[in-house]
This record gives sequence, C-alpha cells and structure tokens, in this order.
Amino acid sequence: MKRHLLSAADLTLEDATLVLDTATELAQLTERATVKKLPTLRGRTVVNLFFEDSTRTRTSFELAAKRLSADVINFSAKGSSVSKGETLKDTALTLEAMGSDAVVVRHSWSGAPVNLSRFIRGSVINAGDGTHEHPTQALLDAYTMRQRLGRVEGLRVTIVGDILHSRVARSNVLLLSTLGADVTLVAPPTLLPTGVDAWPCAVSYDLDAVLPKSDVVMMLRVQRERMGAAYFPSTREYSRRYGLDVRRAQALSDDAIVMHPGPMVRGMEIAAEVADGLRSTIVDQVANGVSVRMAVLYLLLGGAEPAIGSDDVDAGGLR
Amino acid sequence: MSDTTSYLLQSVRPYGEGEPVDVRLVDGRVAEIGAGLTVGDSTAYDGRGGVLLPGLVDLHTHLREPGREDAETVETGTLAAALGGFTAVHAMANTDPVADTAGVVEQVWRLGRDAGHCDVAPVGAVTIGLAGEQMAELGTMADSAARVRVFSDDGHCVSDASLMRRALEYVKAFDGVIAQHAQEPRLTVGAQMNEGINSSLLGLTGWPAVAEEAIIARDCLLAAHVQSRLHVCHVSTAGSVELIRWAKGKGWDVTAEVTPHHLLLTDDLAGSYDPVFKVNPPLRTKVDVEALREGLADGTIDCVATDHAPHALEDKEAEWGAAAFGMTGLETALAVVAQTMVEPGRLTWRQVAQRLSEAPARIGRLEEHGRPIAVGEPANLCLVDPDARWTVDPAQSASRSRNTPFAGHELPTRVVATFLRGRPTVLDGRPA
Repeated sequence: MKRHLLSAADLTLEDATLVLDTATELAQLTERATVKKLPTLRGRTVVNLFFEDSTRTRTSFELAAKRLSADVINFSAKGSSVSKGETLKDTALTLEAMGSDAVVVRHSWSGAPVNLSRFIRGSVINAGDGTHEHPTQALLDAYTMRQRLGRVEGLRVTIVGDILHSRVARSNVLLLSTLGADVTLVAPPTLLPTGVDAWPCAVSYDLDAVLPKSDVVMMLRVQRERMGAAYFPSTREYSRRYGLDVRRAQALSDDAIVMHPGPMVRGMEIAAEVADGLRSTIVDQVANGVSVRMAVLYLLLGGAEPAIGSDDVDAGGLR
Repeated sequence: MSDTTSYLLQSVRPYGEGEPVDVRLVDGRVAEIGAGLTVGDSTAYDGRGGVLLPGLVDLHTHLREPGREDAETVETGTLAAALGGFTAVHAMANTDPVADTAGVVEQVWRLGRDAGHCDVAPVGAVTIGLAGEQMAELGTMADSAARVRVFSDDGHCVSDASLMRRALEYVKAFDGVIAQHAQEPRLTVGAQMNEGINSSLLGLTGWPAVAEEAIIARDCLLAAHVQSRLHVCHVSTAGSVELIRWAKGKGWDVTAEVTPHHLLLTDDLAGSYDPVFKVNPPLRTKVDVEALREGLADGTIDCVATDHAPHALEDKEAEWGAAAFGMTGLETALAVVAQTMVEPGRLTWRQVAQRLSEAPARIGRLEEHGRPIAVGEPANLCLVDPDARWTVDPAQSASRSRNTPFAGHELPTRVVATFLRGRPTVLDGRPA
C-alpha cells in the first residue's frame, strides 16, 4: 500500500502529474471561495514534527492542513523531550498513541523520515531530511514552472549552488527527470558530490556557458560556513563565479525564470535586483507551496487508500 | 557429561580431507589419530564425517567489558565466539576504561580465563586513552600476565606519522605488532558510509576509499623503513588490496585482515537507512567485494577477522547519522566464509584453517592456537558440519547484542563442536 512521501523518487510520472493537477484544482477552489477552508480532512490529525527549525516550511504545511480542515499539532523538537535524550522511536510512538494520521517530519539527519516510517502506522511526509531530500519543495518548484511556462517536459532547468549539501537539488533532479525536464547542475567541483555522474542530469562548472540555454535557473543558498571547510576560497570569489548578478541575468532568454527555494543570501548567490525582478518566481513559490502540500495531504489522507507515494519500507531492503 | 578428561571424536575429516578418522583428545592435547580407535575410557562423540579444523582465532573482537556490559561482556562475547568455532579472540582496547595499562589488559584476560569459553588475548591501546597523542605503556602490557603482542587504537587511526613510526619501532623489542585502523581523519570528518553513487543519492557524508588507502600506503612505507611488523585491520577497498599486494611483493612484514561482512555485503544496503548496516570501515561496492575475495584467496589478505562490534539496541535503533558503527559477527564468520569462499571453490578447508586460525594465531603470537591437527598438539579444535544450512536469527545469538547484518540470511555450514584444550565448549551446536 502506498502510504508515504519520503523521496521524490517515490513518485511516478502519473503520481507527480496527479499531485500537480490536484494542486491546480485546489488552488482554483480556494482562490474563488470567500471561505478558503475545504472540509476534506475533517477529523484527521496531521502532526508537524520539526527536529530542525524551519518556520516557512512548517507554516506552509500547517496552512495546507488547516485549509483541508485537519487538526494540526505542531511538535517542535526544540525544548521538548527530544532534547532530553528521547529517541526518534519514542517520539514516534507518542505521536502514534495520540492518533496522528500523518506526520510531516523535518530532521537534520538524512533518512530520518524513513526510520520514522518503520515506527508508525500513519503516513510520513518528508519535509526535508539532512542533505537527502525535500520532495514537496521539488513539487512546488515543478508546479511553479508549469504555472509560469506552461509545462515541465522539455524545459532546460539549471540548478546552481551547493549541490553537495542540498536536499532541494536531490529532490528536484529526481522529480524533474521523472517529469521529462533536462536538468543541468552548476557548481564548483567541490560542491558536487562524488557519484553525481550517475544522477539523471548533466553537470557543468561554467555558469556563463549554461545560462543562455536555460529556461529555468534555480539558485541555491550557499552557507558561509562552507568557506571555512575549504569548499571555496571566499564568498567574493564564489559570488563572482557562481552568483546570479544583474550582468549574468541579462544572458538569460526573454522568457527564462529565476527561482530560489529560500532562504536567500542576497548579494552572495543572487543579486537583490534579480531576486526582486520580473523573472523571479520566489514569492510565487511560497504561495504555491501551500497548494502543493494541500494536494499531497489530500492524496495521502483523503481517500480510503493513499493515491500516491511509496509503499512500506522493508527493513534491510533497498527502496 | 562424564568427568573424564578424554574425548574421542569419531568419524571426522581433518581439514575436510581424506577418509573419516577418529581423533582422541587427552589432557588438553591430541593423543591419537586413526581409523576405528577403541573408545576405552574416552567419551565418544560422533562427528558424522564433519570437517575438523584447528580452533578459530579472531584478531579483532570487541567484548565491550569493562564499560559497556549492556552491549556485551567477556562471558557473553566469548560464548558467542565458542559457538562460532573460536578458541581464541583478541579483545580490542576501546573499552571504558581504555585497555591502555597492564591493569586493564590483565582484568580482561582474567575475565576470559574465568568465563572459560575461549582464550582472550587482550589488545593494548597504542596511545593513552586512544587519543593519538602519547604512547601507552606498551612494554608493561607486553610483560603483564596478559602477554599483549597486538596493539591497536582500533576505532581511531594512529594518524600522526611520527607517532606511528615510533610505535612500530618500539614494539620490535617484544615482537609486538601495530594493528592499524586505517582511516585518515581529515578525509572522513562526519563520514557515514562509502563515498560513491549511493552516498550521493542518500545525502550521507562519504567515507572515501582514499582515506583508507592513503594511511595503508604510508604505514607500509613506515614499517619497511623501521623494519617492523604492521597489521592492517579490516581492509575494505580494492585499492587497499593492491597496496598490500605491492608491500608484500617488496618482502615487507605487512599482514592484513578482512571481515566477513566486507566479503559479502555492499553499500547498496545503506539505501534502507537501517543502521544495522552502518559500520566502520563502511560497506563498499561490488568491485571492492570481489577484490577482497581475490585478495583472501591469493593470500594477499592473510586472515579473516570478525570486527565483532556489539551495540545496545538503542544505539542502533536510531537515525543513521546518530547510530553507532558496527556489526556482530562471531557466530556467522565461518558460515559467511563458507558461502563466499568455500562454496565457490576459492578456498579449500585447509586454506580456511590457515586464514581463520593459523595466520591470526601467528600474527597475534598465540603459541597454543592455530596449530596443526597432529598428535601432541594442543586440542584446540572446531568441528564443522559442511552440509548444514541455517537461517540467521538475531534472537538466537549468544551475544548480548542483536546487531547482525545477516538477519534472515540463509548460510551454509554450522559449527557442531568446539574444544578448548581438549574440553568441549560447544557440543551439538550448543554451549557444552
């Protein structure tokens, strides 16, 4: 039985298309209505389990669940029993005992949502795990591309920045390739993982060469701490070689859009003028996040059986 | 059981060779080998044509005592060892307190004596507290009742080249050996699994092969320079096998071990995020597994060592990144070797005896173990049913911990009996 959304790889082309179509319908429904709430998940309980702070993602999921009339519990690991040594398992069993139907989990360790899914009966939705994945971010990015450019298939999508540590990049590469986009990753070699050659995408070190051939440019945040670990010599050099400044943005074709999952470091990977410019979809992405997360919750919880997602994960097996 | 000190093993095939014979054990020694021996005063045990091997010797066991008796004790760990066919194990030094003084190594040695399931040869820490800074009193440990000959900071690499050189030099005075956990620390900060395609997709920090190989290359050169003995722990990469082959080709005194799990499992298993597959060094790729089997077959790798690393349930039932490194292995070691090496025809039982008994005993300088099956030799033996097949059930383990990566695997061969100095520690596959 399909129950969880742990990785963008869990979604087939049909699944992903269904999520995007459902999100479109839900967005239209709530836009037209004066009361934005739908009764679909009345009586269901969604837990936001955040072991790592993320106000924007938590709020987005919370709003999505509330618009579907679900009861929402925000369980922040900070200041809770987790910091006193309670394990992921104990937390999961507690939530299970409270009768949660779905757990939206954000965790600093890669794979924690997979571990969680072994301890509970309800659905688990990965809201970002370590440097692994963030599948609903990829869904909202694909939704935004479709909204602005009318399609995803055949789009040339360039993802720029700290690919090595980015869960957004991993989920986007997997989802966009499922949806038929041509993805190119651009980063200094130090910020590309060993093994990236096997990913379903192209790789380049040269942003200027790739930009004119891009329909979508997705800029990723680069944390200043990476400089200390010698991934690049200075923020200034990084910005010169891989930042999307005003001059570089001019190399883009007229219809190309600029995306960023946030939070941004203005002046580092993206110039303020570009972030606030007409090409930018950054604000749309936030709005679309709610529609896409409504769609995911609806499809996992709304029917007798979940309509999308992965089957149960067997201990010890490959997914 | 009769209180006789004499056993007659009937119908056994030493090294799996030739027609079955009877082997009589008297007063801790092999007294007689021949067909149709009379039972006399001996207690007879029907070996049903099984393979008789010298008792297995493990160069790399974590018994966890003192300090983590919730995960394993000398009693439970050595019982698991006996059930796996072992008559001697080397107990690693990363206990709490660390085995870096004569007091601690003697305590562990005595606990082994008291338990009586197999001999325990404590490994001494190379540096005080495994901190990699100041050499521990290696000579005092060597001179203690525990007679330590193997020194290792296992779990930590002696990464300081100067300190490693001095340690290699120093142990020459008492025929010691440095067993190195080859892991360049700066190349493995936060490392969680093998660095490659799987780590890239799983978002887990990679443990590159070069972090192991760079240290092995350096240590081989150092050992050659000071003309000392180096033992490389749990070799896990194809490149490491090549380096060791090269060093041996030079005639340098370098030995190496491989674990059963590195002979069978690959890093594909990390895709489950199940920390039972989290181990240091990490599971590698198919190419590495093949190179390790080749190295073990051609003698580049001298021996199989378990790196039996028991962990309490809560230390494994966690997120991958938060979970402890390590797998249990004493009770499955021989079966995994049988599956990966004997069944495919890459090792004979005689070669298994070399790699799981004679070589590790020689490297660890255990004089009474790894001896030929011959009259007058110590009766440290293990009897194997080569036709048995069994399914690994963690709940059935004698170890206090359950973190076997082979749960549910069907494996060939079963240890039927183990004799320590002529006394059975295991009979009919159960504690005697």
